[in-house]
Amino acid sequence: MATIHKSPWLLHYDGSSCNGCDIEVLACTTPVYDVERFGVINTGNPMHADIFLITGGINSQNEAVVKQIYEQMPQPKVVIAVGTCACTGGIFKECYNIKGGADTVIPVDIYVPGCAARPESIIDGVVKGVALFKEKAEALAASGRA
Amino acid sequence: MGNRSVVPYGPQHPVLPEPIHLDLVLEDEKVLAAIPSIGFIHRGLESLTSKKDFNEMVYVAERICGICSFMHGMGYCMAVEDIMNVEVPRRADYLRTIWAEMSRLHSHLLWLGLLADGFGFESLFMHSWRLREKILDMFEASTGGRVIFSVNTIGGVLKDMPADMLNDFVRQLNEMEKEIREMTDIFLTDYTVKSRLVDVGIITGEDAIRRGAVGPMMRASGINVDMRKNGYAAYNELDFEVITSNKCDSYARCEVRIGEIFQSIDIIRQCVAKIPDTEINTKVTGMPNGESFIRVEQPRGEAFYHVRANGTKFLDRFRVRTPTFANIPALTQTLQGCQYGDVPLLILTIDPCISCTER
Amino acid sequence: MQELKKDLYLIDKAELLTVIMEKKNALWRLCQICCSYPKAENHFEVTYSFANGQDIANYRLIAEREEEVPSISRVYKSAIFYENEMHELWGLHVENIKQDFHDKLYRIDVETPFLEKEGE
Repeated sequence: MATIHKSPWLLHYDGSSCNGCDIEVLACTTPVYDVERFGVINTGNPMHADIFLITGGINSQNEAVVKQIYEQMPQPKVVIAVGTCACTGGIFKECYNIKGGADTVIPVDIYVPGCAARPESIIDGVVKGVALFKEKAEALAASGRA
Repeated sequence: MGNRSVVPYGPQHPVLPEPIHLDLVLEDEKVLAAIPSIGFIHRGLESLTSKKDFNEMVYVAERICGICSFMHGMGYCMAVEDIMNVEVPRRADYLRTIWAEMSRLHSHLLWLGLLADGFGFESLFMHSWRLREKILDMFEASTGGRVIFSVNTIGGVLKDMPADMLNDFVRQLNEMEKEIREMTDIFLTDYTVKSRLVDVGIITGEDAIRRGAVGPMMRASGINVDMRKNGYAAYNELDFEVITSNKCDSYARCEVRIGEIFQSIDIIRQCVAKIPDTEINTKVTGMPNGESFIRVEQPRGEAFYHVRANGTKFLDRFRVRTPTFANIPALTQTLQGCQYGDVPLLILTIDPCISCTER
Repeated sequence: MQELKKDLYLIDKAELLTVIMEKKNALWRLCQICCSYPKAENHFEVTYSFANGQDIANYRLIAEREEEVPSISRVYKSAIFYENEMHELWGLHVENIKQDFHDKLYRIDVETPFLEKEGE
């Protein structure tokens, strides 16, 4: 537990984004940007994940999915909303099927704006997330529940 | 009779960057039926026509999908231009063609990477995405954006590319061509890759038509259909052959897309050699009144735009039928009878873009 | 059958299935089905588009608010998605769809969002 913050794992889920932010999130893990140099690795399993990257707004069908993924993640966890849609709903805010940003269903720690969010800003968000994750892990250890 | 079970597949799945849900009916390891359910990314952006005027809708159209963003904007603009009888300056047509072909290049490289990731060839995934970044750098140099550029406008394009920039792009593409060839040869000749692709997910030409498939899915089944041959934008002045394959399997779909990568590079070269020196946009006045049907060949296949205007600034109807929506019935056909382990790969071979599909 | 503009024909309900069968036998593929409710007209317009190679043909059917439209999903299986979509988003009644999702294709909260907005 003491060293887990050196290598938190990422989970990515596409809310109802246009795909632009998703391919940028994936681009972050590839050679040119390579977010893995900060110790994070992309995983597909919520139960292994520590940092949750969510793109796109929330609609009536994916609401339950996002909630479930969030609940499946072990404590401590950090949520990063990537892109304007995940922050506020963005250009689709007025659509009948969009409830708003990711924070309408789960608590969001870090907001990364941009349409589409640039890899540099996503990396910036992830680095902040890693620091926050360390803080949360230490707080959890201090409370004696870890 | 074997053991029957139903396996829920998705929406959150390691292979899929986007959510789609399938209920797979299995008999032992064999898939008997696949029932898709969609709607995880449904936003209802077609309804925004009542809140945003027809000029603002360009930006909404570009955000149907982040991969073929440019072509969605182009298709929408072409439809409105058709209604308003606007003649787009020739240079704008060429610029649109260049950006569209660059979009195809980056989309196919992205797809090759995802396919490699799908069968667990991680280093191949990294290589194709490394090459794709070079295309994105060109986008950034010419438009300022990496995935969503907003350079389309009704009546032309908003940004020009100077001659030295175009020549530099051609030089870069010539260099990249060798690297891409080296990488794609692995897809086409490597034993392990072939063992995952050859004779998997067969769909015959007639079935593809019956199911309404489009794009590379259709061309890999030997059907010669490519909307670019309709000659929109600058395609009527360019020389290219439609790439088809008769093998009908996943390997054929890979082959067709790889062929199209080199074709796109060639088309960009032709465009740069032929591009005329005119204005890049015309001033458009008045309101659209009438309707138009436009078809555009996207990386994933034919996209259909129907715009109906009523003489006010708000459109009556903006309808997009995206390529993946048309390919889903064909996907369920290929899934029938396949092995459970091949499901992720088969979903990838239609090059799914769920954001497009559900709009 | 009446030609409205190039490649766009107006047909009535009785003609629909004949046209569809003709297209199917000639191996045309179903390109899309689009439903719209133009404010000025006050009726549904359902446009069926077929493509064969580079050619396209659009057929338009006019339907009143509560009128039922025959399903073509038994001829063209891929019509299932389009017809379910029309019913869910527009409230257009389609008889006897081969695989009826009963308004659960997109699973949205709003009922027929497109029609309500048009009816305002």
